[in-house]
Amino acid sequence: MRGFGKYAIWVYSAMALVFLMVPIIYTIVFSFNDSRRTNIVWRGFTLDNWLNVCSAQGVCQAFGNSILIGVVATVLATTLGTMIAIALVRYRFRFRSATTLLLFLPMATPEVVLGAGLAAQFLQAGVGKGIGTIILAHTMFCISFVVVTVRARVASLDPALEEAGRDLYASPREVFWRITFPLLLPGITAAALLSFALSFDDFIITNFNRGADVTFPSYIYTAAARGIPAEANVIASGVFLLAIALVLISQFSAAARRRRLAKAD
Amino acid sequence: MAFGAFATSTAVAEPAARRKSPIALLLLLPGLLYLGLFFLVPLFSLVITSLQQPDPVVFGQFENAFRWENYVTVLQQYWPQTVRAFGYAALATLFALLIGFPLAYFIGITLRRWPLLQALALVLVIAPFFISFLLRTIAWKQLFSDEGPIVGFLQALAILPGDAAITGSAFAVVFGLTYNFIPFMTLPIYTSLERLDLRYVEAGGDLYASPRSTFFRVTLPLAAPGIMSGTLLTFIPAAGDYVNASREFLGSTDTAMIGNVIEANFLVLQNFPAAAALSLVLMAAILILVSAYVKRSGTEDLL
Repeated sequence: MRGFGKYAIWVYSAMALVFLMVPIIYTIVFSFNDSRRTNIVWRGFTLDNWLNVCSAQGVCQAFGNSILIGVVATVLATTLGTMIAIALVRYRFRFRSATTLLLFLPMATPEVVLGAGLAAQFLQAGVGKGIGTIILAHTMFCISFVVVTVRARVASLDPALEEAGRDLYASPREVFWRITFPLLLPGITAAALLSFALSFDDFIITNFNRGADVTFPSYIYTAAARGIPAEANVIASGVFLLAIALVLISQFSAAARRRRLAKAD
Repeated sequence: MAFGAFATSTAVAEPAARRKSPIALLLLLPGLLYLGLFFLVPLFSLVITSLQQPDPVVFGQFENAFRWENYVTVLQQYWPQTVRAFGYAALATLFALLIGFPLAYFIGITLRRWPLLQALALVLVIAPFFISFLLRTIAWKQLFSDEGPIVGFLQALAILPGDAAITGSAFAVVFGLTYNFIPFMTLPIYTSLERLDLRYVEAGGDLYASPRSTFFRVTLPLAAPGIMSGTLLTFIPAAGDYVNASREFLGSTDTAMIGNVIEANFLVLQNFPAAAALSLVLMAAILILVSAYVKRSGTEDLL
């Protein structure tokens, strides 16, 4: 019975992982489809879509907008969120529980409510919607995720290192930029990557606040009605392969390092 | 990966001595002001909008009022979509847990002896985050289409009647929601199982507990924070989702969820008060459910 159970979890998990991969593989395979108009039926292998990515109208413009929005929102959210994370761990202040509630609520609110709320606010304030309002919206929902990610890193930081800096007559500014910040950098990087990924793939909040501007997800949503061009698959596949390569490199180097450390023990 | 941070940070030991300093205010103020301006004020805007009435002069415009009846009207008109949204989200959360928990257990505990395999499996769980979720949902739509391989196969086996379709059904929508949220369920559970000290499990066996009772009385309680984060990360966005249930993706008009109605009222019909009232109904329902659910641990723990 126990042996069977051990075997079963391997099979079950392998099936679950394959299940997760099915639509990803489908999307990549159909980026090579000689699709002409509609990319639904397999019509044969071609590299044309990859060589002329921008030939589908508007797809590259939408992709560029998404990158721009992602970068600006990431910089803003990472800065604001990191400052909050440091304050939460290091300082005592009043309204602490109100602060954590304010940080928790945006994560517990469905995106459609966040999107409709901002859209109602922009409507009442008479603000025209476009890339600017998308950036404002994305920064808002990324802040809480940055706080969660960076906070863990701040908490694991040894205060003795900063004390040592102070003992050696470093100014508070030097202590921060030459000790604290470099030590926090892995957490800040993870938070920035998470922010960018959240912003880049966001559709629901964007759709309420984009006006006439198009991001990559909203391009796909609109195109879904008449058929998504294979060039959209190319861009998505390209981003995917790049990201997965980066993750694989970092994961395997971390695993190799762990193994070396284990051997050294 | 950072998505797991939602669960990871729950057990962080923070330095006991927190200082009091005006710097704290300087660090907090910009971010909190930002959230006030672009999270709290919009909620307030929703409240104002939800009570508006049609402008008697200009067609299609609304003026501020106190029309509480808007809430009654939208609930009468859209209660099926509201109930459906919570039903679908609950089902998707359950299925995602049934798939995600064993997967998280496998990666976090079974694969411990093979770090490289463990790293690879983890990358596969994170992989869906790197490819547009709209395209993944479209992929399922095309695989499930009437001429697609899955329908053809099921019809050949006479499991599915010859004229039946999968897309547009409640099954397809719950399937799509489940698929989309499996990583959100798996990662937090993985982070809590990954840290689980196997000596506790051995102790259960040493004390003559059966594997089953060790699982239910040792492993499962230790995985509880991860299960809680995972179910919240799945249920909340699933209840508000309108992509899977949309006609262009896996749904049909018969599967419309509250998110679809909010989108249609806001962006298509431009009936802003109805959309705002429905948004607040959704938010209130979720907050009630979530606060009942997290009552034991509180928000400080979750964050």
